[in-house]
Amino acid sequence: MKILSSVLVASAIALASGTAAFAARTDLVVGVVLEPPHLDPTAGAAAAIDEIVYANIFEGLTRIGPSGEVLPALAESWEISDDGKVYTFKLRTGVKFHDGSGFDAEDVKFSLDRARAEDSTNAQKILFAAIDDVEAVDPATVKVTLKHPQGSFLYNMGWGDAVIVAPESADGNKEKPIGTGPFTFQNWAKGSSVTMVKNPDYWGEPVALEKAEFRIVPDAAAAIPALLSGDVQAFPNAPVGDALPQIQSDPRFKVVVGSTEGETVLSMNNEKPPFDNLKVRQAISYALDRQAIIDGATAGLGTPIGSHFSPANAAYVDLTATYPHDVEKAKALLKEAGLENGFSATIKLPPPPYARQGGEIVASELRQVGINLEIIPLEWADWLKQVFTDKDYDMSIVSHTEPNDIDIYSRPDYYFNYQNPEFNKVIEELNVTSDEAKRKELYGQAQKILAADAPVGFLFQLPKIGVWDAKLEGMWENAPIQATDLTKVKWAE
Amino acid sequence: MTAFLAKRLGFGFLTLVVASVVVFAVMEILPGDPARVMLGMNATPEALETLRNQMGLNEPVLLRYLNWAGGLLTGDFGRSYTYSSPVVDLIGERVIVSLPLAIISLVLSTAIAIPVGIYAAARRGRAGDTVSMGAAQLGVAVPNFWFALLLIYVFAVWLRLVPAGGFPGWSGGIWPGLKSLILPAIALALPQAAILARVTRSAMLEVLGEDYIRTARAKGMPRRYVLWRHALRNAMIPVLTILGLQFAFLLAGTIIIENVFYLPGLGRLVFQAITQRDLIVVEGVVMLLVASVVVVNILVDICYALVDPRLRVRG
Repeated sequence: MKILSSVLVASAIALASGTAAFAARTDLVVGVVLEPPHLDPTAGAAAAIDEIVYANIFEGLTRIGPSGEVLPALAESWEISDDGKVYTFKLRTGVKFHDGSGFDAEDVKFSLDRARAEDSTNAQKILFAAIDDVEAVDPATVKVTLKHPQGSFLYNMGWGDAVIVAPESADGNKEKPIGTGPFTFQNWAKGSSVTMVKNPDYWGEPVALEKAEFRIVPDAAAAIPALLSGDVQAFPNAPVGDALPQIQSDPRFKVVVGSTEGETVLSMNNEKPPFDNLKVRQAISYALDRQAIIDGATAGLGTPIGSHFSPANAAYVDLTATYPHDVEKAKALLKEAGLENGFSATIKLPPPPYARQGGEIVASELRQVGINLEIIPLEWADWLKQVFTDKDYDMSIVSHTEPNDIDIYSRPDYYFNYQNPEFNKVIEELNVTSDEAKRKELYGQAQKILAADAPVGFLFQLPKIGVWDAKLEGMWENAPIQATDLTKVKWAE
Repeated sequence: MTAFLAKRLGFGFLTLVVASVVVFAVMEILPGDPARVMLGMNATPEALETLRNQMGLNEPVLLRYLNWAGGLLTGDFGRSYTYSSPVVDLIGERVIVSLPLAIISLVLSTAIAIPVGIYAAARRGRAGDTVSMGAAQLGVAVPNFWFALLLIYVFAVWLRLVPAGGFPGWSGGIWPGLKSLILPAIALALPQAAILARVTRSAMLEVLGEDYIRTARAKGMPRRYVLWRHALRNAMIPVLTILGLQFAFLLAGTIIIENVFYLPGLGRLVFQAITQRDLIVVEGVVMLLVASVVVVNILVDICYALVDPRLRVRG
């Protein structure tokens, strides 16, 4: 009886709204695995923040498009001085923040100055390190002067960490985010969901969805029934694991395997013997059977990599053949290094399944060449402390998810403990080069140096497994940046 | 009775003080830096240091403990590192899910277990006893997350009577909220009921073997009257003990069920806070749970005294 009455009510509402009953749906529930700690993308590294607010609620001067390209956003256009040091941004006019306050050059100056200030807690402060001065020339023009030319500057301004916020509302963005985007924040039921609605005053092309809810579904076992029952209609990063074939065979859903910016590597402590020895690192690279690791750790969906670079990037060079799987060669190299009897080491693994499962396969592969790995599983906070901060480790497996982050190998205090002046020179040159062709060439050099030097074992690019209702259009296939961009998403009629 | 209560309350307070020291100390030892967890792998050292200062993590341990414990006394649980909202508010938002869920499952499990336990005891050794205790054995053995998934597939995916998970909040009325708590409550109640039924049965059997039961029967009192008036009341002590323990468990030990149904309850709050090293939230929730266990134990003690007058004097 209850069911019957709700059906009657539903059809009454449908009749009342007349023609609307036949129009396409305009609401969407998106499933996310992790709840964001807060909703301010300028104050935290959690991907969960950007996966909700980026491009939907907040916008920057530029934005990153579905294939990783830099597109204009709040900056309509820009001019770069001949020495590559002065960027003059022409801003869009008539833009309003969600609280009704106007957007102008002062907001841009405020946001950039805030991010690079001494007391800033921006998780990607490094993006703003090259900025020397920000000047609001007039309400619609901003001039940014850099300390030195920086080829990636426009790209950097497209990160979620570089979105434009208003001085009036910046402090409240953690709880109640106020941006300029096509969706307005409505409600955050902690532990349950974040809801946003269409912004009627949006400056650009209005979105098709009236309402979008990001629902937190932390458990893989819960994700499948949530999809099957129709409670959740899209998982941009579906935690489906072994249930993937079940979903794939169901015509109600689309399963889209794309790429991310996550280079997954077998990291090594390059300062600690025997990993300081190139021959040992080469031996380890020869001992790895990438395909077996990809099959075991990502259900065969990862893309093999031979250096620290995304295969989706235009500057990518395929170096996967640098050290093919060859057990005999690995043993010979270990012998040359004076370790014919092998050695023992530890591998400290963070919680993601790709790391835990990948670690077991790596351990069994290395055992075949005489290297005995003791597996130590760590939870995330502990991993960050022991491995990443204190560098108290031999080996580990982790995915480096920041886009275009090959420069991490040149950072003096990075947890790889890797030093290579030749590589650092390439990165320095890259930093001050803005010519695209030259940058591409330099990126190629950097990739080749790393591939040969094998500071880590290069494993695979982390796949993005998206599952959504077959009638849903406009979801991103790849994740060139951590985002769930709903601006082009709509229901097919 | 007053002296009995005063003594119980005094012990309760002492327990809380000891617990606060232990909880705080354990959280101090836990490796991991909350600022690093927040800002991730690309953060600069200055940004980390600024955030640590903002969170008050650079103050001496003793000072932080005193600030925190002092705050607890006035009902101020501090501010969450990650959510940067008051811990009291966070707990409040979760309790309105966890408490109703715990109460519903407790009521459900009691309503099933006590009649079944009594029935099995009364039919000891006969078919009714074997069948009901076999079912109870099954209930103890079946993992509740598996049972939960089974319920989801039948009632949410197949029949579509209730949502597969999530919690709509109470703002939209009682019914949508209750609807999303029904399956988790059943999944939680089943193993609890199975345990409780077995305890009830054995407590009843013990009492049924007592001399006064035989006397009551011998003087011609009807069987049913003996069972419900004399035996049950005396068998209640172990049953109440288990009920008290189960309530404390249901309030926070439901993390697996909360995950399967993605309910925003206390268990998930504390789990998430631990992984993010939001220590002040962990400390707050644990203290709340300790307090609820203390309160439930005092209530159980009072119930003992009500069912067994002898305990009032001794207490």
